[in-house]
Amino acid sequence: MAQSVRAETNGLPPVARPAPRLPLTWLGVVPFFLFVAAFLFYPAFSIVLQTFLDPARNFTLQNLSDLNQPIIISSYIYTIELSAVTALIGGLLGFLLAYAITIGALPAWLRSSVLTFSGVASNFAGIPLAFAFIATLGQLGLVTQALRSLGIALYPNFSLYSFWGLAITYVYFQIPLMVLVMTPALDSLRTEWREAAQNLGASSAEYWRYVALPVLLPSILGTMALLFGNAFGAHATAFALTGGGAQGNVVTILIGAQLSSDALSNPGLGNALAFGMIVIMTITIGLYSFMRRIAERWQSS
Amino acid sequence: MIRRTSPWAWVWLLLGVIYFFVPLYATIQFSLQAKKGVLSLTAYQNVLSSPAFFSSFAFSFQTALITILVSALLIVPTSYWVNLKLPRLRPAIEFLTLLPIVVPAVVLVFALIRTYNRTALTDSRSGTYVLLIGAYVMLSFPYMYRAVDTGLRSINARTLTEAAQSLGASWITVLFRVIFPNVYISLLSGAFITFAIVMGEFTIASLLSQPAFGPYMNQLSSSKVYEPSALAIISFGLTWAAIGLLEVIGRRLPGRVQLVGGR
Repeated sequence: MAQSVRAETNGLPPVARPAPRLPLTWLGVVPFFLFVAAFLFYPAFSIVLQTFLDPARNFTLQNLSDLNQPIIISSYIYTIELSAVTALIGGLLGFLLAYAITIGALPAWLRSSVLTFSGVASNFAGIPLAFAFIATLGQLGLVTQALRSLGIALYPNFSLYSFWGLAITYVYFQIPLMVLVMTPALDSLRTEWREAAQNLGASSAEYWRYVALPVLLPSILGTMALLFGNAFGAHATAFALTGGGAQGNVVTILIGAQLSSDALSNPGLGNALAFGMIVIMTITIGLYSFMRRIAERWQSS
Repeated sequence: MIRRTSPWAWVWLLLGVIYFFVPLYATIQFSLQAKKGVLSLTAYQNVLSSPAFFSSFAFSFQTALITILVSALLIVPTSYWVNLKLPRLRPAIEFLTLLPIVVPAVVLVFALIRTYNRTALTDSRSGTYVLLIGAYVMLSFPYMYRAVDTGLRSINARTLTEAAQSLGASWITVLFRVIFPNVYISLLSGAFITFAIVMGEFTIASLLSQPAFGPYMNQLSSSKVYEPSALAIISFGLTWAAIGLLEVIGRRLPGRVQLVGGR
């Protein structure tokens, strides 16, 4: 940042400058790094640190072993299952939609409509999304009532506030993300490859089995890891649907409840919960960028 | 080579259209049923005439503008400087701006509140507002940085800088009168997505007890039946407006920005 370079250099005592070309260019990025340090690094680091400290600031693994209680274990499992299921379903349907607008060769105006809508829908999450699904599949929801008039009773077997209710709602922001990330990957499949396969006598199924899918697999798996993380970190949607009770719920809500009511009445445990999330998210995003790097080998040219 | 549209493409599209439009249709339908037996805009009238709607909307609107301003003032000079003088730092900056995706909003706000507990940042209204802006600016980084970086790479910042400097321009002049106007369009695309995210954000605002639009929407659902649907439609319209403008601008952009919002 230019201003700060001036300010800082003027502030230095003149004797501290032995040569006219002191490397001060790095000062230009100081404001940015300070900001990231204050609002992300330091807080996140301190949470990780405090996970391993007891109230007297001695090293401890107690907070981590406190995670080993039924309500928390079941919450992590629940969240991981929810994220995996919505990543799979959202990934599959998103892939098929991306296929439809790329290789499926839908008219160009449909392609751009789908992409624009995906941009909107991937941002249409949280509280309003929960409201929309309550109006659709809640007890009084339109679809619920329509099915009831056809003699199909959704409730009490199904509930929007249960696992599958959350899953069907999450998929609403998972599919568009898959579409947005997979469309460029599918665009990069070259028609020459298909023609070459056909010339060699490959059927369409063989082309997909031996050429297209192996090329696309890193992108697909990587994006699904991204979707997993996307669902794992989701909080507002689940909160609006479940009301934010700490019992039998996703991890993010458990963490939020730690702040607002100290639901588990143990501050160290909150840190450990957040630490656990950071670990899982790091693995997930690591997987994503690893897969991306592999995928780029095919997309570079 | 022109290929025929595969019949399966239509099947998948139809499936998508059903899944995505039925909830929207249901929400609209639901929001019009506030008066028994007739379709009416009563729910919308109730929402729009409530002072709480306006105060929370205005609060989030203002917060969004401040977030965009702070984010732009941090991102544009930094990525300009990195492009020009410190290209080695680019991967580091890229990594840092992507971190908010790894640290979910709820963990971010949890860490902020725990870390700055019993300091001026959590003890006062203006303190928590600073935390709110800080957290939102972090959330905006992935979009703002990518938008600005793509913009900067396409304008050849070095040549522009040298040209301006040889005409006697200072660094500040170069930055604000040459670089900013040239990445303006890219900046706008990052700004619209930031706007859409901040306007609907719930987690951070609610845990910091801010009178924002997201918490207001949630609160309304505990006392009202039809109004939340009306709000959902209004909010969806808002997102459409922001992303729609982004699309219009996007046609003039060299690269596209990935869009993912707060959950």
